[in-house]
Amino acid sequence: MDAGDIARALTRIAHEIVERNKGVKDLALVGIRTGGVHLAHRLVKRIQSIEGAQIPIGELDITLYRDDLALRKNQPVLRKTSVPFDMADKVVVLVDDVLFTGRTIRAAMDGLMDFGRPGEIQLAVLVDRGHRQLPIKANYIGKNLPTSREEKIQVLLEEGGEDDRVVIFKA
Amino acid sequence: MSLKRKDLLSLASLSVDEIALILETADSFKEVTGREIKKVPALRGKTVVNLFFEPSTRTRTSFELAAKRLSADVINFSPSSSSVVKGETLLDTARNIEAMQADIIVLRHSSAGAAETLARGVKSSVINAGDGWHEHPTQALLDLYTIRGRGMGFRGLRVAIVGDVAHSRVARSNIYALTKLGAEVRLVGPPTMMPWGVEKLGVKVYSDMDEGLRGVNVIMMLRLQLERQGRALFPTIREYARLYGLTAERVKLADTGAIVMHPGPINRGVEIAPDVADSLSSVILDQVANGVAVRMGILYLMSEAG
Repeated sequence: MDAGDIARALTRIAHEIVERNKGVKDLALVGIRTGGVHLAHRLVKRIQSIEGAQIPIGELDITLYRDDLALRKNQPVLRKTSVPFDMADKVVVLVDDVLFTGRTIRAAMDGLMDFGRPGEIQLAVLVDRGHRQLPIKANYIGKNLPTSREEKIQVLLEEGGEDDRVVIFKA
Repeated sequence: MSLKRKDLLSLASLSVDEIALILETADSFKEVTGREIKKVPALRGKTVVNLFFEPSTRTRTSFELAAKRLSADVINFSPSSSSVVKGETLLDTARNIEAMQADIIVLRHSSAGAAETLARGVKSSVINAGDGWHEHPTQALLDLYTIRGRGMGFRGLRVAIVGDVAHSRVARSNIYALTKLGAEVRLVGPPTMMPWGVEKLGVKVYSDMDEGLRGVNVIMMLRLQLERQGRALFPTIREYARLYGLTAERVKLADTGAIVMHPGPINRGVEIAPDVADSLSSVILDQVANGVAVRMGILYLMSEAG
């Protein structure tokens, strides 16, 4: 995917979110660190320009909820989490760049629940690469990219100092 | 980056980068302690043992709370209710605890070097929660975190540490940490309470409190260990309070916006006047609150799979 593909996919997802939820009432977006946060900000901008309303946005670091935390040799560096709105009864759209095994999303849902009881959680991803290890499915998908397990996918974004693009490479 | 060490024993042995990592990690846990549900599953299935051979409320509770908020299992040992009264040595006690699969041992002991001895003898991670007059690293780290939380940078920061420096492990850890980070450290107190040759650590010593406080950004008061009264370190408590007690007038000598710190427990009316302890410039309760977040960060960083 190049910059144009990413922009079009995000525009479509923004419209789908609005359509599915019949507007933006009670809607909130939460990006998963780090790529998901950038994408969530972009989606919020698009949704606001479609509907002309403010949408709360949060940022989630899922490190502390990882299921492999106890097994790792080096503890990953923690980043800030901030969910500056009341979660109760909100429709929360989790945003991530790549959906792979589903373990990150499991961790993110656990993390989210610690902030309150959302009315509904939905999932938006830029790329779905398959190989799920948990029963998790995205509501909004930018692009399905069938890959082999050995391949790596990276979503590079302007916010991270790169040109917008999605790259696949052999590990 | 991660902490490449099994144990946290002293600030003398920590690098500037490691200190920075601990303070940054504490930020994440500060956020957790502000949530409605103040618990994360990061240390699920790990066991933390608080082994306290000296009385402590603040530090032990703080470690216990930190471990529980990380979902670890916590066991508290105190010598009066354990086999220590039956004559068991420190290392034997610790080896028994280790045999029960403890991942982290938090040790408070009256002998300097106890934590290091323990760390060499067991595979579990050891965190020094105060050893004799030697060091109290987690207290210094939470002090640093509190200073940083007030938007103060360390380079060129003027800090006065006031009181019985010679018998204070808190002072020693803070001296190592602050000088490493580029702060200007002044020690204020009667000559009987200054460690011999302390100038070699790159600090300035003042016996006149007013002079020592002039223009400082941080006033760090130490607890006067009243149990040492009668050892000829100072004539009377009243005289000590007059010469080295922090009053509102003395706070005015410091920089505007200076903060007042104290590791607790405070002796109101001795080293610190009640109105100062309760004033806006006092960050004493912030220190306690930050202590939990900093210790969560340390436990998290120490809990890497071995």
